Amino acid sequence: MSAIAPLAAPSTAYDAERVRRDFPILEQMVNGRPLVYLDSAASGQRPLPVLRAVERYETHCHSNVHRGVHALSQAATEAFEGARERVRRFINAGSSREIVFVRGTTEAINLVAQSFGRARLGRGDEILITALEHHANIVPWQMLCEQVGCTLKVAPIDRRGELECDRLLELLSPRTRLVAVAHVSNALGTVLPVKRIVDAAHALGAAVLIDGAQAIPHSRIDVRELGCDFYAFSGHKLYGPTGIGVLYGREALLAAMPPWQGGGDMIRTVSFEKTTYNDLPWKFEAGTPNISGAVGLAAAMDYVESLGVEAIAAHEQRMLKLASDEVSRIPGIEIIGTAAHKASVLSFTMQGCHPHDLGTILDAQGVAIRTGHHCAMPVMTFFDIPATARASFGCYNTEGDVEALIAALGKAREVFS
Amino acid sequence: MDLKELYRDVILDHNRRPRNFGPLVPSDAHAEGHNPLCGDRLTVWLRMSGDRIEDIRFEGKGCAISTASASMMTEAVKGKDKAAVMALYGTVHALLTRQDAVPDASLGKLAALSGVREFPARVKCASLCWHTLGAALERSVDPVSTE
Repeated sequence: MSAIAPLAAPSTAYDAERVRRDFPILEQMVNGRPLVYLDSAASGQRPLPVLRAVERYETHCHSNVHRGVHALSQAATEAFEGARERVRRFINAGSSREIVFVRGTTEAINLVAQSFGRARLGRGDEILITALEHHANIVPWQMLCEQVGCTLKVAPIDRRGELECDRLLELLSPRTRLVAVAHVSNALGTVLPVKRIVDAAHALGAAVLIDGAQAIPHSRIDVRELGCDFYAFSGHKLYGPTGIGVLYGREALLAAMPPWQGGGDMIRTVSFEKTTYNDLPWKFEAGTPNISGAVGLAAAMDYVESLGVEAIAAHEQRMLKLASDEVSRIPGIEIIGTAAHKASVLSFTMQGCHPHDLGTILDAQGVAIRTGHHCAMPVMTFFDIPATARASFGCYNTEGDVEALIAALGKAREVFS
Repeated sequence: MDLKELYRDVILDHNRRPRNFGPLVPSDAHAEGHNPLCGDRLTVWLRMSGDRIEDIRFEGKGCAISTASASMMTEAVKGKDKAAVMALYGTVHALLTRQDAVPDASLGKLAALSGVREFPARVKCASLCWHTLGAALERSVDPVSTE
């Protein structure tokens, strides 16, 4: 996948210190030390333009959407549908009818499983995933398999955390109806060759869903260039609010899919004899949506594009390389996930010091990392470890943050020497 | 937050060299404990004499707090009857969660866990072994148990 390749340095230097000042939450002390936030893969922080856009909406525009003739309802509808168009442009979808607002990546995948999956799959059919998926791209398919009798197949990874793509291609067959893969592994950072997977799956008539939760903040996503059938992501990984996410679906597929949840907004007419459904995308948006969340997400997309997605990615790659080089020098540390092509996620273990102890020791020094199985228990099982410590880098992280991480790890070695 | 309060020498020692570690054969009861948040797992085996713990061993994978807590627990409860074990657990639980708890002389080494209460995210690490012991004790006295 070319979209996340380390890119050439931007013409003007990326100023992470200046970017950092856009994020008021980062200007605080934690446990008596300046906060060093290295957990953006779990959730990114929000810049002032996002906070202000949400505040402006809440203080001037809020009402319900698609309902009233009054001014506020029209303002809310314009803001919400404007956000949809903003998302369309951000991922270069052909039509805003292909942009369904959901709570997040998890809900997007469940929607596809319960609508597309239940309508199209049955006994003898297969769903193909990979061994490095997040639970959100495993469990909805297991539930579907129980419901309709289809089978889940899993393509393996190797010791570096690379997908064994040839094995995945061997597992593809005319029985494969859907391939659901992460664009970027949340636990290891591995970038998957999604374009190659899409082309191979389509050659056999299988649809492809890409879990883009970890890719969206690090790369320019062009769903038409990828050619995927579904692309799912969450707003909060892209410096937007929580509780808002997007399911992109190819219009022809979405149009043929039955609604998932029933209720207001997703109908055209309701009677006790017969109910007719709304057009795309509202057919999949039952109930009052997260309007301010959509507004915040649109502002986050403006913000990210103002910095330049490629410039952010290049900066994060520098942070990842710096941190990986420094961390590898610390005795007893093993980096888990050493794929050739990674997003800015650094998972590791320290001999003699459990990841949770590491997390506590780092927190005491103001350094926030994630520890645990990262909702990817099969990945932990594969590497025969209970958990990892994971530092992840976003647009606002600086070399100073990397230095603080390394110093804090040194402290952990001291405690557990 | 003082890390030395949490990672006292006795805790680091029990983490490095857990006592009574490994399966107990034969045993009268065992139970498995799991902390889904952090993936810690441990098993506690018991050999009973009436309602007195004659022998106890544990095995598991977890952080220093969970491993040391389990190791010290096995030393503390060996030879005690069920009522005394439950009373001790009550004292330990208060030590882990209540800011005003003063380490009781009955705690012995277990008093080293008093630093945990400053780290609320870690209380479950220290209490997992006690929950697991409680489950194993229930099984040991349950006449319909197949253990």
